[in-house]
Amino acid sequence: MAEIQSNVAQANEIAGHEYLAFKLGTEEYGIDILKVQEIRGYEAVTRIANAPEFIKGVINLRGIIIPVVDMRIKFHLGDPVYDQFTVVIILNINGRIVGMVVDSVSDVTTLTPEQVKPAPEMGTAFSTDYMIGLGTIDERMLILVNIDKLMSSPEMGLMDQLAAA
Amino acid sequence: MTIDISQFYQVFFDEAEELLAEMERLLLAVDLDAPDAEDLNAIFRTAHSVKGGASTFGVTDMSEITHVLETLLDRIRKGEMALTGEHVDAFLAAKDILKMQLDGHRLGSAVDQDAVGNVRMMLQSLAQDVPVVALAPVAPAYNAVETKVVDHSGGRRYRLELPAMPHREVQALGEELGLMGHVSITPLDKDRNAMLVTTHESLDDVIAICSFVLNPDDMIVTELPALDDAQAAKERAARNQVEADLGYGFFDTTELKPAAAGEGYGFFQPLDEIRANAAAGSEDAQGYGFFQPVEQIRAAAGIVIETPPEEEKKVVKKEEKEKEKAPAHAGAESASIRVSIEKVDQLINLVGELVITQAMIEQRVDTLDPMVHERLLNSVGQLTRNTRDLQEAVMSIRMMPMDFVFSRFPRMVRDLAHKLGKKVDFITNGAATELDKGLIERIVDPLTHLVRNSIDHGIEMPEVRRAGGKSDAGRLFLSASHQGGNIIIEVSDDGGGLNRERILAKAEQNGLPVTENMSDAEVWQLIFAPGFSTADVVTDVSGRGVGMDVVKRNITAMGGVVDIRSAKGFGTTISISLPLTLAILDGMSIRVGDEIYILPLGFVIESLQPVPEDVKEISGKGRVIKVRGEYLPLVPLHQMFDIAPRFTDPCQGIVIIVETDGRKAGLFVDDLVGQQQVVVKNLESNYRKVAGISGATILGDGGVSLILDVAALIRSSRQLADESIFSS
Repeated sequence: MAEIQSNVAQANEIAGHEYLAFKLGTEEYGIDILKVQEIRGYEAVTRIANAPEFIKGVINLRGIIIPVVDMRIKFHLGDPVYDQFTVVIILNINGRIVGMVVDSVSDVTTLTPEQVKPAPEMGTAFSTDYMIGLGTIDERMLILVNIDKLMSSPEMGLMDQLAAA
Repeated sequence: MTIDISQFYQVFFDEAEELLAEMERLLLAVDLDAPDAEDLNAIFRTAHSVKGGASTFGVTDMSEITHVLETLLDRIRKGEMALTGEHVDAFLAAKDILKMQLDGHRLGSAVDQDAVGNVRMMLQSLAQDVPVVALAPVAPAYNAVETKVVDHSGGRRYRLELPAMPHREVQALGEELGLMGHVSITPLDKDRNAMLVTTHESLDDVIAICSFVLNPDDMIVTELPALDDAQAAKERAARNQVEADLGYGFFDTTELKPAAAGEGYGFFQPLDEIRANAAAGSEDAQGYGFFQPVEQIRAAAGIVIETPPEEEKKVVKKEEKEKEKAPAHAGAESASIRVSIEKVDQLINLVGELVITQAMIEQRVDTLDPMVHERLLNSVGQLTRNTRDLQEAVMSIRMMPMDFVFSRFPRMVRDLAHKLGKKVDFITNGAATELDKGLIERIVDPLTHLVRNSIDHGIEMPEVRRAGGKSDAGRLFLSASHQGGNIIIEVSDDGGGLNRERILAKAEQNGLPVTENMSDAEVWQLIFAPGFSTADVVTDVSGRGVGMDVVKRNITAMGGVVDIRSAKGFGTTISISLPLTLAILDGMSIRVGDEIYILPLGFVIESLQPVPEDVKEISGKGRVIKVRGEYLPLVPLHQMFDIAPRFTDPCQGIVIIVETDGRKAGLFVDDLVGQQQVVVKNLESNYRKVAGISGATILGDGGVSLILDVAALIRSSRQLADESIFSS
């Protein structure tokens, strides 16, 4: 009984959420809109020496220095092209601000619990640990990402592990 | 609607913390021999305010302690008790307890209930002590003695003829006896006084009290008949007169004299005579209970004759001063507001952005024709000036006086000196010198260490000092001053100084490279080596050899420099030079490939273009460069940061000689771009620590440039070939 209730609660939580859909290569992803601070065009970054390839560098966001991660490189989804459509999603993850480069942003959609299916144990560019599930809207499929967990994970190397703990 | 009181807790916590610090400062400053009434009142006020706040928020444990503390303080400030060292110790202990309780509420830290109980007991027992002699014998008696008025009507009257004794003691005795009944003092002849006591207590008790100050056998005691009604009425009249006079200058003898004389019983007549005529009618003592009984007023007035009038004027003046001071104090309080540091940082960020935007506009308009766009150019010029002023004003918000650091030390010095059995006079200078808040917080630990060291190792025991022809009490100076763009903080003592031989011997023992002909300055720098201690005995204060290296490292991390001056037998001065703020840095922009980095100017010694003969290869792994006979490791920045450079040959690029921790190296870059002040931004707030980089800054064009961490670059240059400096 208690288990059912907690499942319901979890489902409601998901149901209440709006997702920002964005494209990486041919795949479409969704992240919690509440984590998004703003969306900007891609601009010149300052490279950080010896950082992993997917960390493009740092930019000046109105006086604060934030790192920029290229998710297309991180997930090995096609060749990263930087043009006027390239978008940087500025995320606020527990008070830390990170920029995320994606191919394009499509829309914001609300998903009901019925539209969110559990993630299968295969086939995506990253571990299912960072997935909430798969969202379906008619013929579209959104890969719903737990962006908090992903960005603060050690594999991203975005923060010192002491700070992340 | 209910008001959530919890939102005010933080205000209470902050305020209580400030009040406690203020209390400690006042307690340490108070002069035991002649406590200033203003200080005592100020101490009382702090305790009272803490109590008020604590009771409002239902913090009962704190309000209980402050209540006991306040009771004792109240008695002292009213002059019922003299302030003793014991009191100050107890108050300081109470302050510590309150701080502990405060932390308990705020941070959830443990509160030692036994200690709380002990302090409360101590305060209570002190408060119950028999009142001691009033502070100053000449202090206005109506203020000094507000003891309960004993209804002594119908009591016995004794005349005590006292032997010759100091006036002060007579006064003290009078007050002591005043607790039992009414006392009047009459001068007989030089140094001799007679005392009239009206009391319900037995004669034996009176004599017993007298025996504290004199030999009862030297005293002539006679019992007088009780006063009749007529006498009582006269006495009442006399008292009324005195009280009326009180309104305008009790101490003004010329005012009083004619009035008293007019009544037919001179105020300055020997009290014996007044007493003889006056009535015993003091049953109405309560009626005038606000002031003390008339006998005591007279006694005080009797003293007026003997004391120089200047003294009374001083007393009166002091009170006036206090009155004047009160509104000024209130004004000072409202002249500052408490703002969270985030808001200030946000403001600084925004202004920083504004400055960059302004610089961008300036760059754009520079290309315009000055004739055609004259008005626009003028406006931009004004914008430039305004932005610069605004930036300066905003940066100054972060500045705090060094007093925030200095005020912690008097207590520490006192406790430490006490513990070690040493005498230390602590002198601070330049407490108003302002320093960035970030630096203030980080300088506390190193300074604490240096002060402890000075007391423990520097200042000698009183006997040793005396033998060396110095005063018993060692002097410890703490000073802060501006010197150009730096602030100089000095910890200085007049102790034994550093021992060159011992340091050299110890350094040799530790395997440090030493020679006999090292300069003193070089020898002193040895004490910054890790694990270095010349202390013979490890105390719980210091001597374990941890510390000086940490001090040096912390200060270096803040962009500062530590310097030691010492003369054997004359003391040691440790001088710290810090940049005024961490937020702004003098930097040199350098170019490698397409990238621009900022090199903090403080590390730069010189830059040069080497000739091929001066660059040598070492076993194919690295290169050294010969500069003025010294071989320095060559650190190629492009290799460290994996950049495609313009030049790979040092003879084509530029080599910058940098120095940190006494180690030098040549940093090989493509080009020097220029010198500029940069606003330092933290990289770790949104990203992580990057090896070789200490921070970032925003350039005039809005782009980001990274600031080089020179110490790390020199350190990692040795492992460069096989290791990546980005370690995950």
